[in-house]
This record gives sequence, C-alpha cells and structure tokens, in this order.
Amino acid sequence: MIPAQFDYVRAESAEEAISLIGQHGDEAKFIAGGHSLLPLMKLRLAQPTVLVDIGRLSDLSYIREDGDMIAIGAMTRHMDVENSPVLKEHAPLLAHAASHVGDPQVRHRGTIGGSIAHSDSASDLPATTLAMGATYVAQGPNGTREIAAGDFFQGFLTTALAPDEMLTEIRVPKMGSAGWSFQKFNRRAQDWAIVGVAAWRNGTESGVGLVNMGSVPILASGVSAAIASGASIEDAAAEAATGTDPTADLNASIEYRQHLARILTKRALTEATS
Amino acid sequence: MTDLHELTTDNMEISGESIAAGNGVLGQRMLRKEDPALLTGEAIYTNDMKVPGALYMAVLRSPHAHARIVSIDTSAAAALDGVHSVYSGADLADSWAAPMPCAWPVTDDMKNPAHYPLAVSKVHYVGDGVCAVLAVNDSIAHDALDLIDVEYDVLPAVIDLEKSLSDDIVIHEELGTNKSYTWPLVIEDNEGDCQKAMDESAYVVKERYIQQRLIPMAMEPRAVVALPQPFGGDMTLYSSTQVPHILKVMTALTLGIPEHQLRVVCPAVGGGFGSKLNVYAEELLCVQLAKTLKVPVRWNEERSENAQATIHGRAQIQDIELAADENGKITGLRVRLIGDMGAYLQLVTPGVPLLGAFLYGGVYEIPKAFDFSCTSVFTTMTPTDAYRGAGRPEATYAIEHAMDALARKMDIDPLVLRRRNFIPKEAFPYEAYTGLVYDSGDHDKAATVAENILDYDAMRAKQAAQNVAGSTKRLGIGVSTYFEMCGLAPSRVLASLNYSAGGWESATVRVLPTSKIQVVTGTSPHGQGHETAWSMIAADKFGVDPSDVDVLHSDTAIAPLGLDTYGSRSLPVGGVAVGLACDKVIDKARKIAAHQMEANEDDLEFAGGMFTVKGSPDKTMPLAAIAFEAFTAHNLPDGLEPNLEMQVTYDPPNFSWPFGTHMCAIEIDTETGAVEVLQYVAVDDCGNKVNPLIVDGQVHGGVIQGLAQALFEEARYDDDGNLLSSTLAEYLVPAASDVPPITLGESVTPSPTNSLGVKGVGEAGTIGAAPCIMNAVVDALSGLGVQDIQMPASPLNVWNAIQQAQATNQENNA
Amino acid sequence: MEVSVTINGTVQTHDVEPRTLLVQYIRDHAGLTGTNIGCDTSSCGACSIHLNGEAVKSCTVLAVQADGQEVRTIEGMADADGTLHPMQQAFMENHGLQCGYCTPGMVMAATSLLAENANPSEHDVRIGLEGNLCRCTGYQNIVKSVLAAASA
Repeated sequence: MIPAQFDYVRAESAEEAISLIGQHGDEAKFIAGGHSLLPLMKLRLAQPTVLVDIGRLSDLSYIREDGDMIAIGAMTRHMDVENSPVLKEHAPLLAHAASHVGDPQVRHRGTIGGSIAHSDSASDLPATTLAMGATYVAQGPNGTREIAAGDFFQGFLTTALAPDEMLTEIRVPKMGSAGWSFQKFNRRAQDWAIVGVAAWRNGTESGVGLVNMGSVPILASGVSAAIASGASIEDAAAEAATGTDPTADLNASIEYRQHLARILTKRALTEATS
Repeated sequence: MTDLHELTTDNMEISGESIAAGNGVLGQRMLRKEDPALLTGEAIYTNDMKVPGALYMAVLRSPHAHARIVSIDTSAAAALDGVHSVYSGADLADSWAAPMPCAWPVTDDMKNPAHYPLAVSKVHYVGDGVCAVLAVNDSIAHDALDLIDVEYDVLPAVIDLEKSLSDDIVIHEELGTNKSYTWPLVIEDNEGDCQKAMDESAYVVKERYIQQRLIPMAMEPRAVVALPQPFGGDMTLYSSTQVPHILKVMTALTLGIPEHQLRVVCPAVGGGFGSKLNVYAEELLCVQLAKTLKVPVRWNEERSENAQATIHGRAQIQDIELAADENGKITGLRVRLIGDMGAYLQLVTPGVPLLGAFLYGGVYEIPKAFDFSCTSVFTTMTPTDAYRGAGRPEATYAIEHAMDALARKMDIDPLVLRRRNFIPKEAFPYEAYTGLVYDSGDHDKAATVAENILDYDAMRAKQAAQNVAGSTKRLGIGVSTYFEMCGLAPSRVLASLNYSAGGWESATVRVLPTSKIQVVTGTSPHGQGHETAWSMIAADKFGVDPSDVDVLHSDTAIAPLGLDTYGSRSLPVGGVAVGLACDKVIDKARKIAAHQMEANEDDLEFAGGMFTVKGSPDKTMPLAAIAFEAFTAHNLPDGLEPNLEMQVTYDPPNFSWPFGTHMCAIEIDTETGAVEVLQYVAVDDCGNKVNPLIVDGQVHGGVIQGLAQALFEEARYDDDGNLLSSTLAEYLVPAASDVPPITLGESVTPSPTNSLGVKGVGEAGTIGAAPCIMNAVVDALSGLGVQDIQMPASPLNVWNAIQQAQATNQENNA
Repeated sequence: MEVSVTINGTVQTHDVEPRTLLVQYIRDHAGLTGTNIGCDTSSCGACSIHLNGEAVKSCTVLAVQADGQEVRTIEGMADADGTLHPMQQAFMENHGLQCGYCTPGMVMAATSLLAENANPSEHDVRIGLEGNLCRCTGYQNIVKSVLAAASA
C-alpha cells in the first residue's frame, strides 16, 4: 500500500523533464497520471528513486487534426480521448477503445502517453494504436523523432524510447470511411482484457491489433494479409493467433487465449465489415 | 449424540399473533438511523481513530507455505529511524498464557496444533506471521519489514486435500497426522438403511462437488487499536470485529489478563460475513505489546494481507449419493466430506462442516436412510472458518445440484422432481430425519411465487426453441430451494455438538426519566441495521416513535452481556430478547400505574404509550409519567425497586428455519464460455419482517455473494502454496457492471417458536444463489453432453467443459 | 515537502514525504477520515474523491500531484446546515448502503457520473460504477439510489 521512498521533481516543460531524467539516470521514472506506475510502486514491485512529474505539462494535452492525421498530446487523459469530437469523427476506434480503459476514475487520471510508454501488452491503447498504424513522437536531448508503432514495442514493458526520451505525441491516421470494432473480453468490466481485439477495415485494407496475446501488443498481420487476398472473414480470423505466444494465467490457458483471439477477431471483422 | 428432538422442542411456545400488534411500526420500510453518519463520513471505523502516541505495528509474513525458520536477523530493521522495536515469535514465546483459541473441539480426539500469534520454529502457510515491527508511523513500519532477514528451510507445500490425508508430508509433526477429526452424524436405529436404499432404489446418482476456497473480502480490512491505561491497569481493545464479547473472553484467557480489566469496543465495522467472527493474532499482539510497553499499539490490515491472513471459507470436497424410487421420491442419501481446515484451527474452523450436516436433506422428506460423515484435514494454506452461511451453502449446493442430476437421469423437469419431495405445509412443525424440528414452511408457495415471476413454462418453451443444434447462445434455467438452519442457537444443541459456548442473547431495556428509551443489546451489527430494527421493536412495544429509542451495542463496558452477530442470529435471538425485555419493563410499569391509579393490574390496558383502566377511559397514565415516578421513587408499590430497567437473557428453544426458492435464466455464449444472467428471482421466506427494507437488502447482497461463488470467485494456490489471487485485482469480487438486477418475490410464513414470528435472513440469499446459477449453467449445456462444471463457472471453465464434452461425443461417435 | 491542497473549500498545507498518497494526505494530515481505503491495487474505489470536480481514486494519486488543486471529499457533500446532498439523500431513501464502508466512494463516483451524464439508464449507472466494489448490497439499491438522484 505504501511505496518505498523516492525523490520527486516536477517538470515545467518537456525540455526540463528530459534534462531531469537525464540527470537522475536509470532509477528515475516519468510519472504522468501515475495509473500504470503507482500501482506497481504501492506493491513495491517498482522502486524508482526519483520521479519526474510530467503531469503538469498541459501543452501536451491536446487533440487536433493535422492533415491526414490526428495528433494527440501524450498527456491527454483517457477521458478526453473518449469524449473528443475530433476523434469520434476521424478515429472513432481510438475514442471507443479509450472508453474501455479501467474505470471512470482511472480514465480521469490516466493518459494515453503514459499507457503507451508503459507498453503493457494487456492495455487497450497500445494494441489499438498499433492496429491503426500510429506513429509516436519522442523528444530527447537532441530533438524529436518519430517512431512507427510497429517498431516501438520491443519486449515486455520495453519500448524503443531511449532512457532520456519522452513520448510527447501520438499520431493516428484518419480512418475515413473504414469500419471498425473493439472487442474486449474480460470477466469484470474494470479489468484488463483477457484478450482484446481492435480492428478496422476498408475493403481489402485492414488492421487488427491484439491485446494480451504475448509480451508485446501484437499486429495480426496474417489476418490483414488474408483480407487483402480476398479471404472470407472466417478464414482471415483463423489466422489471428498464428505466431502468438500468450501466457497462461488465472483467467486463461494458452489454448483458450488463442481461441479467443480467433473468435474475437471474427466478431471484430464482422462488425467492421457491416 | 443426545436426541436433538428432546433439545429443541422443549419450551416451544406457539404464537400466531400478527407482528404488527403494537403501534404499526413493525413491518414498515423505515429508513435507517445508521445512515446519516455513514453517508457523511462522520462514522468512525477503527482505523479512523486518532490515537496520540500510538505505535504502528506491521507484520512480516511468511513467503513460504511450509518452512522451518532457520534464523532471523532483525538488527537492520531495528536500527531504522522511527522503528521502536522488532519482535520474532521466539521473542514473544513466553508472553502467551495459552495458544490462540479454537472454541469448537468437535470430537474428543480432534487434533489441534498449538497456534501462536507469531510462528516460532515453523511457518505453515503463506501469510503466517513471523515478526512484528513497531514504529512511529505505518510507512516506517512497512519499510522495516523489508530489512528483516529470515532464513528458511523450505519444505513441501500441501494443498491437495486427498494427498494431505495420505500423510506423506505431515504438516504438524507433533500431531503425527494431517487428519484433524472424523465426525459422523449419528441417527438412531438406521444402521444399514442407507446402503439398502443405494442397493435397491430405482435411481442412484453419485456425484463429486468441489466447494472452492473463497475469501470473504469485507470491504473494510481489519484494524486494531490497543489502548492501555498503564497506571490504572485497564486495557481497551478496539477492533473491527463481529464478536466483541467472545473476543473479550478469549483475549483474557489467551493473554492472562483479568477479564474485568479488559474492555472490547468495535467502532463502525465495515462488513464481516464471518471473517470478523474470530480471535486473530494481530488483536492479541497489539494488546500484549501495548500492555508490556505501556503505550497504545495499532495495526491496519492491508488488502493483500487480508487475503492471506484473514480466514477463508468453503473449501470442501463433497461426495454425495442420492437414491430415489421410480417416481423420484428420495429413498436414501449418503454424504462424505473432506473439509480443508487450512494450516491451523481458528475460532470455529472445525465446526463449519457440522453446521451443514443437518441440511443435506434440503426441503425434502428424507427417510432415516441418511449417512453423513466428515473428515477434516490440515493443509498449508490460510486457515478456513465461517464465511456467510458456513457449511449451509455447501450442503444446499450438494443436495440441490444432485437433485438436478437426478432429474436429468430421470428425464423429468427439476421443479417437478422437487415438488414430489417437498415436505408438505401441513407437516410443520416437522421432525426431520436428523431429529431437529423445522419450525414452519410452505415450499410449494415459495416455488409457485418464483415460478410465476420467472414465467417458468414460457421460459422452458423459449429454451427448447433456442437450444437447437448449432446454436452458440444457449439458454439455461436454474431452480434451487433451501432450508436454512439459523438463529444460532439453542445452547443445549450447541452443547451436544461440543461447541464451547452457548447460543443465548441478552437485552436490557430502560426507560429514562424523560421517557426516552435505551435498548442495550449483545448483538454487534456491522451493516445489518440493528439500531433501526431494535428501535422499531421497542417503539412498537411502548407505542412511541422509533426516534425516541436509542440502541447501544458493541462495547463490552456498555453492553457487558452478549454473544454477538453471526449465523443469522441477531433478530431471532437478540431481537426477540429486546421484545421480551420491553415486555418486562411494561409489566413493571403496570405495577406502578396500578399503584398510582389505585386500580387492579389486571384491569389495565397498555396501548399507544398509555395505561388505561378498562371501562374508565378517563383514568389514564402515560408511560412518561410512570418513568418519572420510577425515577423519583417517591411513590412506588412496597418492595418495588426504583427505575424502569429490565434485562432478559433469551436462549432460543429452537433454531429458526428460513426457506425459499430461487430461479434464474442464464445465457451461455458457447464460443467464449461467457455466462450472462438474464433474470434472477429470489423468494426468501424469513417469517415476519421487522423492516422489509433491510430484509430486501440482506437478500440482494446475499444473492450476489452466492452468484459470485458460482461465477467469479476462487482463492487459487499454485503447487508451492502461493496464493495467486491475493488482491482485489485478481480475486474477482464483482462490481455493479458485472451482476444482474434481482427480482424478489414475497412469501411470509411466521415462525411459531418466537414471539415475533421471525427467522434470520443474513445468509439466506447466499445459500440459494450458487446452486441456482450452477444448475442453470449445467441446464444450458447438458444438451451438448456437459455433465457438470466446477465452480466458478468462469469463461475458461465453461469453455473447457464444452471442449471436453465435444471430444467425448466425437469419441463415442467414432 | 510542502503540499497545499484546497479540501472542501479550505486551503491546507502540510509537510509530507513525496511518497505520501493523496488518500493518506486527506486522512492522516487533513484529518478527514470519511474517505476509506479498501485495497492496494486501485480496484475497489472506496477512496474515490473529486479532484478538480472529477472522481479519482485517491490511493492512486500522490499528494504532491494534487499540490495546488481542488479536492472534495464526502465531508464536503452535505450542506453546512446538515441538509444531505441529493445523492446522499437518495442513498438513504433507497437503502443504498449497509456497512457504509464503500459508501463515501460510491457517493463521490456517482455524483461524478451524473455530472457527466445527467440522465443515465440503469446500464449506464452499472457501467459507470464499474470501479467501485461493495460487498453488502449486491448493488441493487445502489443503482436504484443513483437513478433516483438523477431524476430528483
């Protein structure tokens, strides 16, 4: 319940945050909404020695159109993603997926950037933005760079971000007329997905992201390849678990997770196609 | 065993009076007096108390299920700034006058290992206390835990009950065995009857059910404050407990504190469900350390500690054989239980299976061909004890699930089968095969009410249309009935079961000089609304407004006599005692009124708070005037003591026997295994209702706890004895989003055994719900070849069962 | 470090460790014990309060993160004259509480819910309270209470 001791510094700008994290080294962590990090710290599963608070960087809280893309500031809260008219119009899959994160209290605090940087494969938004072909903008001491979602998630809770880099923006393509679906399967509404599927489809083009099907969020490229080649939804969905390596836990065996991935993908594609 | 019939029917007084005999308060949906304080944050729970100078205790817990303690180094922890002291079990070994108490030695040869607040040489479950730290605040106390270095010699865990019985690994070496006891329910003159029924009956179903371990998870974790008076010598123990009176006696015995110098208080208590019906290590540690150090010591339990170190419930293997004739009439019943005691015997651990032993016959006419025995074993897991229903939900599950299995075997409707076996209404009071006497019942009515609400026949028709080959959404209909043995309990029956205490309850009622009324009760509410309900009982008796009544409880200095709140006992024992104490006060007031009005006592009528001389409506004396006369004592009858105060200790002549029928409709997504409850109907007959608002709330909560056993909850251990579901993120207490609304049906069959005509209701919903849901789950899937599903019917378990059935079908077709 | 929080309209400043959770700040430093702690995994919602007008779980916010912000707790809901907040009144009238331990968090979550959706359906209420656990009521009367407050 009570975290181990740490020092706390509050950043007033992204540049200051990056400078602070650089000064304090490996044991320092960014904290935004804190809804990924604090639960671990309370159980003393994470014991950073310094927290750099980036939660006050209000200039990183925005949702705006940028040509064919929507740019979302990393400090934008789940609740604001969920309710954004811009996202509801141009990227409804993301707005809808955000409404399934945790519970309302969590969505009032947790941020899209925090969720993606924490890169828990059981979280809803990493896999959703991966399915959408998002680009993440990272800022470091030497400026900014863009990282494709497909290159971002490198291992269990590990990303392409350098230790002194901060995720500042999430860029998702406008979905246009694509159909979409978000299928989250769990036992209680507030819980992580046992398996989740985020999918969109526009004719032969599609993207399918899998939640909690391995150590990283997964892009089910076999499914999209099948759709592109004209396969039926049933046949395409049968590819959903191919190559996945999920874990077993209290709620699912490996076999059951793979089965769910196929069933939920079938349902997602059906909804996205209708 | 003594003849139970003898013990329960003596003193039975039959009273069929309407409950609302007084001023019409009884039976009203009166809003609760407790609520404003609870709704505004004004209520004080134990961990809300501000205690200047208190040291905070934290407990280092074993990370191993079974290990020898090789060495403990507390020096680094003791050296931390803010740490006052650190204690190991060995440091405190001489502090205890006796081991931690078990009040229910069910057999003379029951094995009970010595159990101390901190382990000394061995740990026996993950969570077993190893060291206690005292520090100036909670944070530092927890920091210090990380600095204690304990070396363990790890031994194999024992988590399988049948393997435990083999004694390959003996957990408590000094006992020489893992078996604690075997207890048979002895029925006179029935030798061989059960086997004969099994051999000769047209139908026999033989089933094995697993009652998974559950964690009670009251929303308020436990908390303790021990407040010494170093110079006066008194000790006050504040604890989040259901049982302040039992705790006082047991703490005095365990710590060698003179009982008259010990006071136990429970401030507001955030739910119990049996988990706070105990004497816990942390209570004893805080009191002992506070006594020794002469400073207040307090402890706040964390949720993951609560999951490990507060008792668990259920945890039984049930083998049941049910025999019936060609019409489905039950001819014999055999039950063999293995009970999982966990690592130690807590307060009433061994008695839980016994409480269920009497209910395996359900609501049915059962011949004496009944054969029950329970063997209980130790394991290296958290101790089990009473959890909402305690033995009775398990028993009801077994008979009700077996009845469905029998109906499937006979290919008849499960409701039809039940009706063929119901004890008829006219047969009450009914002496059952066990010798106990059921007070009253109308099972056909309860079933009919439920049937009509669900529209049972229409639902069956819908099911037939929906569950066709290839359907991935299968409808299931669940039926469950129950009889509950509650209102614990006639003291002589408890004696025959070797329970160490009685089952009476105390009430004191006093009319203050200004005519306001105080009710002092020995029950100890933690959400049940006794302040409201007891006020209504007294208000009805005296003809006053409930707001003129105050109810005092849960402090052994204010309410010195009591046996507390558990086992749905508070109303049928404690509430009845309140009514009887009111009657005694009115009798005394009548003497004063008669004296002052120079009338004959027999000529006085009491109504609406006023004594009136019969036939002389102008000759009256209000209770208020009598109260003041009793206070001044200027003009009382010769020999009559001043003041209007009377005490009653009521030992109930029988248990109370609530009953009911639950029905539900569920839909299973066979592709995912997800179960959705479409409709849930509960008809719980608990006799007369003092406050239907509170009764409904008890049923709602009970149903959802039973539903949670069926669909969500399970304490899971790995092979090394680690508790995998030790937080509320992993142990799935459902939220509003995850459960259905409940429709309640009405049935009121008063109990003839007490003056209020009431029965208990705290556990009823829980008892009916789990079998109802699970019967529906199997009903939905039996057409696919699924024979049974292990609780909880999680999507994974349901999906696995469907896969297995399909594999079996394919084999059979091949 | 010094942390100032406006709690129920009053600015409070306390010197706390950085690791101090907002719920500890409220209970132990501000002395407002109506906000309860029921778990250690952000699961139960007993500690729900309003931070800048929205329900959050105060066990999952550091006190320093709330520095300079507005907090409302259950103690700030009823009027000074003792009149209960409509949500509190609805819980009372519909028996939406038993032991009361989850109640402050439920009331805070429910008022936040109505602030975002003034006319919720029963389904909206059940989903909207997904982050609050109650062990006593089976939720039936909690849902009823919130619906009653919405139509009051």
